[in-house]
Amino acid sequence: MKMQFSKTIGGMAIVASTLILTGCPSSNDNNSQVEPPKDAPAVKQEYKVTVTNLTANQPFSPITVVAHSAEYPQYRVGEPASNALERLAESGNNSGFSSEKGVEKVASGSGELFPGNKVEVTISLDVDKLLPVSVLTMPVNTNDAFVGLSTIDVSGLAKGQTLSFRGNIYDAGTEANTESKGTVPGPAGGGQGYNSERDDINKVHIHPGVISADDGLTGSALSASHRFDNPGMSVVIERVK
Amino acid sequence: MNLKTLVKSMMLTAAVSLPATAAQLEISITNLTHGNHFTPILVAAHGADTSLFKAGEKASPELQKMAEGGQIDDLVTLVEGANGVTVKNPANGLLAPSGKTDKFSFDTGDRKYLSVVAMILPTNDAFIGLSNWKIPTEKGTYTLNLNGYDAGTEANNELVLEGSGMAGVLGIPVAPGKDAGTGGSGLTDSSSNDKVHIHPGVLGDLDKSGGVSDLDSRVHRWLNPVARVVVTVK
Repeated sequence: MKMQFSKTIGGMAIVASTLILTGCPSSNDNNSQVEPPKDAPAVKQEYKVTVTNLTANQPFSPITVVAHSAEYPQYRVGEPASNALERLAESGNNSGFSSEKGVEKVASGSGELFPGNKVEVTISLDVDKLLPVSVLTMPVNTNDAFVGLSTIDVSGLAKGQTLSFRGNIYDAGTEANTESKGTVPGPAGGGQGYNSERDDINKVHIHPGVISADDGLTGSALSASHRFDNPGMSVVIERVK
Repeated sequence: MNLKTLVKSMMLTAAVSLPATAAQLEISITNLTHGNHFTPILVAAHGADTSLFKAGEKASPELQKMAEGGQIDDLVTLVEGANGVTVKNPANGLLAPSGKTDKFSFDTGDRKYLSVVAMILPTNDAFIGLSNWKIPTEKGTYTLNLNGYDAGTEANNELVLEGSGMAGVLGIPVAPGKDAGTGGSGLTDSSSNDKVHIHPGVLGDLDKSGGVSDLDSRVHRWLNPVARVVVTVK
């Protein structure tokens, strides 16, 4: 009880002094002495994003963490996928996001994330530009599915604090779900990944699930264990610096 | 504001928001599935260091016993051995599809987390799961939707086989709705995920006396969420 107390007072004191410091330059334009030198490195805050693959038999493409302005989400349900998202959802390739509008930074896991496994991806953001983050990956035994978590505000996290989420599995809507060997890039199919043609409804939506050959889809390269239900991944974001 | 006033007002806040030493909960649980029964449900309150399961980690032997055969005794021992408290079998047996338990009271004392598990029948090793939900200190009614998990301890061959409720014995122990088929050839489960994960759902088929699965695809499939837990903090 007593300890809690003094901690709180300490916390308050810090808040107060921060307010005073940041208050100075804006309230007095003539005071140029407080300007930092031009080549001083920006102060960074670092976030550890831990993703767990919760599916039975869908390896994930390298986990992709995108920091972007809130006005430019990386997908919107009911709207066409961006080119970067199409490429990710059809082939697992996340190289397109860095050139998407509003994107500040992209951090990527290094390899596939297998079912039941977890990976940590770290992203550091400028303290004066703590943009929201989105987490994206392709379950690779599909035509154009992606697991997504959109536009998470991390700016309020204190060091050591965490936020926990579950991500649903979406359909990018850019490729017909034939499930055929030639079109599923994962180990179940070994087929083609990205194709710029859009031969599906061209709207992002919740994935209806795969059917599989076991359930009677002729020509499907998938079996019963490739089917899935939501959520597809767990995401824990911790501010570490 | 001078410091003295600040301290005074903070003392007042601290006194008012001091958490109660004991939480009295009232809970009800609903089976949201179309055609699946839940085995006797275990509701547990415990500390941060205890958990019945964690998604993405291997099932404990105690959890495996529950997920493959519906037996909660070992999980009860695990929780109570770690100074936790439990409510065992609040549905007085199986909880049928669309069934709902009566409201039951649960004095969780100073334990901060709530967990709920029960096996889903007929399946190989599926269960409903709530893991380490932080019990709110604020009074009110909270609605939680639970997902169906796969314990990752048994292949989903979808064959009903008497005696298969023992941990490590392949098969579905029973179909309480008496709506399963017989004579299936057995589904091949090509998943290598041996951790607790979201269940992909059962497949089933339309053949009552053969086919690949003893389950009926028109009866036994589900989509998340599979259960609803309503908790009132008094």
